[in-house]
Formats: sequence, C-alpha cells, structure tokens
Amino acid sequence: MIDPACLMTWSDPVPGDIERGAVRKFAEAIGDTNPLYVDETVARASRFGRLIAPPTFAMTLDYGEIPLLQLPHEGLIHGEQTFYYERPLFVGERVFCSRRLCDISTRRGASGSMTFLVFESRCQDDDGHIVQSARMTLIVRGGEEHA
Amino acid sequence: MPEAWLKGQGLPSIQRGPVTRLDLVRYAGASGDYNPIHTIEEFAQAAGLGGVIAHGMLSMAYLGTMLTLFAGDDADLVEFGVRFRAMVRPGDVIECQGTITELVEEGDRLVAKVQFMAKTDKEDTVIKGHAVLSRLFIQRAPQEVER
Repeated sequence: MIDPACLMTWSDPVPGDIERGAVRKFAEAIGDTNPLYVDETVARASRFGRLIAPPTFAMTLDYGEIPLLQLPHEGLIHGEQTFYYERPLFVGERVFCSRRLCDISTRRGASGSMTFLVFESRCQDDDGHIVQSARMTLIVRGGEEHA
Repeated sequence: MPEAWLKGQGLPSIQRGPVTRLDLVRYAGASGDYNPIHTIEEFAQAAGLGGVIAHGMLSMAYLGTMLTLFAGDDADLVEFGVRFRAMVRPGDVIECQGTITELVEEGDRLVAKVQFMAKTDKEDTVIKGHAVLSRLFIQRAPQEVER
C-alpha cells in the first residue's frame, strides 16, 4: 500500500504566504484573542515588531507531494504531532514548505494491523534557514501489508 | 519583571467549549482540513465514528493558547508536542492543564519543560503532551542586582 521507495525523499518546497486574513480567521477559529495575531499596534510594540501566527498555524500550509506516496483517503488517524520552533511565523512573510516520510512500521494486534507513518516537515525562509519544523505520526488502520 | 518559574508550578489552566458543530465548521475553513468526519454527520456515521468528531488539531490549538498565555511577552515556545488519545465530540468542554516538570539553566537562558494534558468534562484525557519554553535568565537574588 505504501511504497517504501518514497521514504526520505523531500517533496518539492511549496511557497506559503502567511496572510493576515488567514491568521485572523485561524485565531478566531481557535478562540485565541492574543493581540499579537491581529492587532498591528500591539504587535509593533512587541519584541517581534510585527504580527505573528499562532503556534499550530503551520499545520494549515501546503507541504507538497512526496513522490510515489499514495495515502488512503479514508481511515487515517492523526496519532502524534510535534512542532519545533526557531521563531513564530510572521504575518506577511513567505516560507517554503516541504515534507518527507521518515518511517513506516506495522503493528499487528487483536483487531488487525495498524501502520504508523512518521512524517517530518519544515518551513524555510528565503535564505533556507529552518524557521519551524514538525514531526507527525499518521496511523492507517487495516490495509494490506507492505514490505 | 516577569514572575519566576518554579519546578512543579502549575500553568494557569484554561477551559474551552462546549465545542459546537459550528466551531468545527469554522476550524475546517480556517485550517483547510475539510475531512468530512469533522463536519458531516452522515459521513461520520458511515465511517463508524458514531457522529462527527472534533479535529485533534483544534484541541492542540487550545493547548497552544494555554502555553502562549503562560509564556507571555518574554518566553519563547521552543517545542510543542502532543499524542492524541481520545476523540472530542460536539458538546464536550475541554480543560487544558499543565505543570513545569523540569527547569534547566542553559547559558543566559532558563528552559522549562512542561507536561500538559487536555481532558473533557466526561473525564476523558484526549491529549497528553509536552512543551519546552525558554526565556532570558532572571536573577533570583535581587540584592545581587542592586549590590
């Protein structure tokens, strides 16, 4: 089902614009009233000097397609998620987002098999510096065996 | 001057919800996660979930609010990781709690490791996780500062 040949190959980086309106809508959707996300005056006086995005906002960006990887459309479970921050994402900046599949493992239990897919992702600035990165585990229930 | 951090110190907890179906629609739109198990009842039923379930990332975002409120203007969020353990459903109230479990001095910075969880009013622990916060070291003995 998952071709092991796609392991460790980075997707082509996708430009992601951290848009003011998108950040405001995201902050509203998560009920976070932190003025650093929406209030230009407060943000300018902060140590960042500009509006920033909430810590889980990076999840909304497009990380591109991993060559050969075909995920099932249904039955995926988000198991774990970890973000690593050099700094917050800044409103108005453009980052370059890519991801790769780092690990595939299958565990068999009484209720059938579960496949664990571990992804690594990163957002880089213009100079290639990693601003934020993340690790995500997706669980695929059942499905066929793989090598 | 920000307050001192102490090992064993609890973070101010926050409560969110009850989570509504509209909250899930809003989060779907703001995040771009349109998986219909979060918004369309018939689809969630057919998927065997017994009804729509909240995005795990919405609960993670609530925890992010707790962490950034605690970090305030001075501290950086360095790492933020969760394990999703149970499902949140419309009507659930979510309580976020955390504790500083470790304090380490690294050069001129003080680094706090935090363990946290999110649980519902039905006492399900839906998320367990950890975070790392960092800020400039604060002199604990004021007489040294004043000489």
